[in-house]
Formats: sequence, C-alpha cells, structure tokens
Amino acid sequence: MAQDDNGGKDSVSSGQHVSHDALGASPGTAVIVRDAVQDPGLPPHRPRTTDINPKAEKRAERVVYTLFYLSLAGSIFAIAAYIAFPIIEGDSGSVRLNNMFVGLGMTLALLGLGVGAVHWGKALMHDHEGIDIRHPQPGTTEERAAAINVIDEANRESGFGRRTMIRNSLLGALIVFPLPAVVLFRGLAPMDQDPVALLKHTMWEKGTRLTHDPSGVPIKASDLTLGSSVQVIPEGLAELEHHKIEEKAKAAVLLMRLDPKDLNPLPGRETWAYDGIVAYSKVCTHVGCPVALYEQQKHHLLCPCHQSQFDVTNNCEVIFGPAKRALPQLPITVDSEGYLIAQSDFTEPVGPSFWERA
Amino acid sequence: MRKTTQPSRRGRTKTGRRHPLATVALIAIGLMMTGGAYAAINAGTATADTDINTQVNIDEGAKLFQANCATCHGMEADGTVDAPSLVGVGAASVDFQVGTGRMPMQMQGPQAQQKPVQFTDLQVKQLAVYVGSLAPGPGIPDAQYLTGDGDLANGGELFRINCAMCHNVAAAGGALTQGKFAPPLAGVSAVHKYEAMVTGPQNMPVFNDLVITPTEKSDIISYLQHLEAAPSAGGFGLGSIGPVSEGLFLWIFGLGSIVALTIWITARSN
Repeated sequence: MAQDDNGGKDSVSSGQHVSHDALGASPGTAVIVRDAVQDPGLPPHRPRTTDINPKAEKRAERVVYTLFYLSLAGSIFAIAAYIAFPIIEGDSGSVRLNNMFVGLGMTLALLGLGVGAVHWGKALMHDHEGIDIRHPQPGTTEERAAAINVIDEANRESGFGRRTMIRNSLLGALIVFPLPAVVLFRGLAPMDQDPVALLKHTMWEKGTRLTHDPSGVPIKASDLTLGSSVQVIPEGLAELEHHKIEEKAKAAVLLMRLDPKDLNPLPGRETWAYDGIVAYSKVCTHVGCPVALYEQQKHHLLCPCHQSQFDVTNNCEVIFGPAKRALPQLPITVDSEGYLIAQSDFTEPVGPSFWERA
Repeated sequence: MRKTTQPSRRGRTKTGRRHPLATVALIAIGLMMTGGAYAAINAGTATADTDINTQVNIDEGAKLFQANCATCHGMEADGTVDAPSLVGVGAASVDFQVGTGRMPMQMQGPQAQQKPVQFTDLQVKQLAVYVGSLAPGPGIPDAQYLTGDGDLANGGELFRINCAMCHNVAAAGGALTQGKFAPPLAGVSAVHKYEAMVTGPQNMPVFNDLVITPTEKSDIISYLQHLEAAPSAGGFGLGSIGPVSEGLFLWIFGLGSIVALTIWITARSN
C-alpha cells in the first residue's frame, strides 16, 4: 500500500536500508520500517506580499504607524478621561464612568503598541530563517586549571584547611546565626495556645444563652413557630473585642423548629432538642462553608459550596455530597425564664476534618 | 468518483469548523435570554386595605374558594390528601400565594411556579380574608412597613445573615435541592416580600415577628428596593448570579480572544 503511494524511488531506498541494517543488527533488536517517514526538511522560502509588492509594503508601513499613533491617542484619551470623569464620593455611577473610559484609553494605548509591534515584525522586518549554534558551556582546560589554582592558593594562604579550630568555629557561628530569626518569627504566631484544643472547643458551655445574630438578643423557645429558622451566636459573642470572627466561625449555630414527631434522635440524644427545636453547627463538615440553606418542608440543609445535603430529621446525617460526617448537634434546653440555653459545648469538634480528629 | 468528491468534502469540513463556535454562541445567547426572561418576571402591586375585612367580602371569598381551591384544599379548607389544610395559615399566606400567581397551582412539581395572576386584586383580598377568618394567622401587613424608607445598613446586614444564602447576595435567586429554587427578588412587591418572610411559602423558613421584627422586615424590604434601584458600580452585572455566568463569559470571550491573538502572533504573514 505504502509503496504504491511513495512510488518506485522510495521503495528502492528503503529496501537498501533493510539489507544494510540486517547485516549489522541481530534480528529482533531493530525495528526496520519499510515505509519510514523521510525528513521533509524545511519548506522552500516563500516571499510575502510585502516583499514582492511595494504597494503592500507601503500599506503595511501605514498600518504600523497608524497603530502607534492610535496608542499615543489612547494614552492622551486616558488622561483626558481621568480629568473629564472624576470620581465623586458616594456616587457609584461616577466610579463606573471613570473606570470605563480610563480603561478604554489604556486598552487602546497598550493594544496599539502591541499589535503594531507584532505587525511590524511579521510583515516588514526581514523574514530569513537562520540557525544560531549554541555556545559551548564549559571553559577551556587552561581556564579551569587556573580557577582551581586560585582556590588552592586561597586555601594555602588563608590556612582555611589547616587551621581547623578557626574553620570549625566559623562554621558553627554561621550555623547558629539564623536561629534568632527562627525564634523571632515563632513569636509572631499565637503563643501558649494548643491548636488542637482550640479546634475542639467553642464558646458554648453549660447555660450559655442562644442569641440572635448579629444583635445578641437572647431567644425564647416561644419565639419560634413551626418552620422557623434562626441564625444564632452564643451570648457574649456580640460584645467580644478580640477574636470575634474566630469565635463566631466556630460557634455559629442554626436553630430550627420542626414538628417533634418528625425528629428521630440517636440513642442518648433524646433530650438534646427542646419541643422540636434543634440546634446544629452551621460549619460544613466538608470544608467549612456555612450551611444555612434550610428547606422547611423537606427538612434538608444544603451547603452552597459543594452541594452537601444534611437531613435535619435524622440528626443532620449526610444524604448527598462530599461531606463525610453529620453536622455536630448542640444540646439545648430552656432556663427558668424560658430562654433557650446550651446544655454543654458541642460533643465533637465542629467543621471539617483536622489532624487530631479521628 | 472518489477524487471528484474530495474537494467538496474538504469544503464541507471548512464550514464545519465554524459550527462548534456557532453552537457555543447560540447557547450563550439562549442562556442570556433565559436570564433576561427571569429578570422580567412581573408581580402585581397590592395595597393593604384595612376596610376589606367585612362579612360580605368573607362570603364572596368563600364562594371563590369553593369554586377555585376546594378541589385540592377541601370544601372547608381543612386539607385533603392532595393539599394541606389552610386553617390558620392566615390572610398573608393566601395574599402571597394567589397574589403572585403561585396558586391555583399550575402543576405538581418540586415547587409551585409563578404564573400570571388569575384573580383581580379584590378577589385575591376576598380569598385572603375568607381564609384569614377561619383561624388566627398572620394577616396582610400594615402599609407603614412597606414604604421602603427603613434603615438600609441594618436591612443589608439582616439580609446577608438570614436571606442571602438562598436568595444570593445580590437577591438574584439560587438553586436548592432536587429541583427547588429560591426565586430572584427583583420585581417582587414590598407586600409580597413581607408576606413571604412572615409565612414561609414552600420551603422558605418562617421569619415570624419575634425572630425578625416588623421594623427589621421593613429595613430588609428597603434594602432590597435600594439594591434593585442602585446602578451596578461594576458595569454589566451578567445577572449577578456569581461564578457561573462570569466564568462562562471569561471562558468564551476572555480565553477566546487570547487564543485568537496567539494564533495571529504565531501565524506567518502572507
């Protein structure tokens, strides 16, 4: 088949190859292809229209300098636009106009330069193909010997190799020198805090009232109707001065009221809900997005980041998506005044997996 | 034979090369038109009228109910296997569901879809007062909370904490599980926004007056009206639905122009 396409000449030359290689190589080590692809070499040089036609050359030249002038006009336009469309405080429309016209001017400036330069290079500069041979990397034998000689002489004259006490003390001093930096940088990180304990405990403890996010107003059990959902923070978080965001990120809770008949609590968790009111951590057990998309008829909680779904009626177990664990439940009850309070902290770490979590 | 057909086949592959791009452009146009159609959803305006609660209107509402709603909700509005009881849902719930065209329901599905309203404003109110008269429930909100001159900053914060996870931070709506979705809030009248919060239609949680006070609801409504009226500082919002439309735009136009420039730079000049 291939021989037919290539014609008689190719088949003769490849036939010669077979006989030549078959003599030298043992059968099985060399794969000889009868219709091996020939190196086609470089295509013949094809002159461009700008090389042949002086009119085309003139036109290309005009295009290039017009583009450069356009770039110039764009830069001036950007300056003019900045002055003509000032940013007026409190007016978002002025910001939009300013950004748009300054941006258009600068786009014209940059594109004019770039397109003009590329067109110049492609259409007008010489297009002959040449090969630059790479320069050899190593120096000559004499140069290398001289370099080694310099090092040897320095060693001899300084006594670096001979005076071992000086050498070793110098090396020791250099090794210890960066250590203060390590200690200083360690001081930038939180001190006297065990990250494992920090991840395992939140602001919730026995008796902490559940309060509205962001106002911090405590919530009564009677405030919630069937189908209600409330974004909750622990009492005192709204008044925190330090680490408010960190504490909120761990302690955020979603409170929902369901028909008590719909709940199927796990053994040991029967008393964790109060009259159908359940509280679950809002931090997804996958990568920690806030899970607060509650569907009050289906009782599904959806995480907007990766579509993990949790079934509130079944202890927020995962029914879909990449999350691996149920959302941690906060045990709640009411105090003597009817306000919802926590029975304890979460009984498991909130949020996604971490190194100490089984 | 074959040799004669070859040139025409080659010609066809050349036009075929344009086809994928044409398809992508068609899809993009289709997506934008669908988004535009959603944004253009229109809701009738309703005003709270305190004088509506008369026996005549309740009787009219009862007749309308028996003619249009009783097949599913029962002659006494006490529910059947097909639809829930309406005793105690309140006038606000009926005003929202019927006033936005969600009821009577077009068809069974993950959630009731919005469609053109089937009753006049008066008929909607008559239905609402009838259902409201069956048992106590949330009533049609007072006009003082619907004026849209509340505290914008507070409304914005409450919206982001309680609503934005489903309805999108720009109130452009978003997907929920199994075909359900939170609708975009542009074009929804103030009274319907208030009623939706207080009654929790479909799968939306209930935000009663103890969880979010009427004044706070008024703040949220004011913020949403401000959001709808304020110009987008960033220019064309692409539907404000976040990474999907913005990513698609960049993939097609951003990467497309980079590919085109790269091909132009490396191609030999003619």
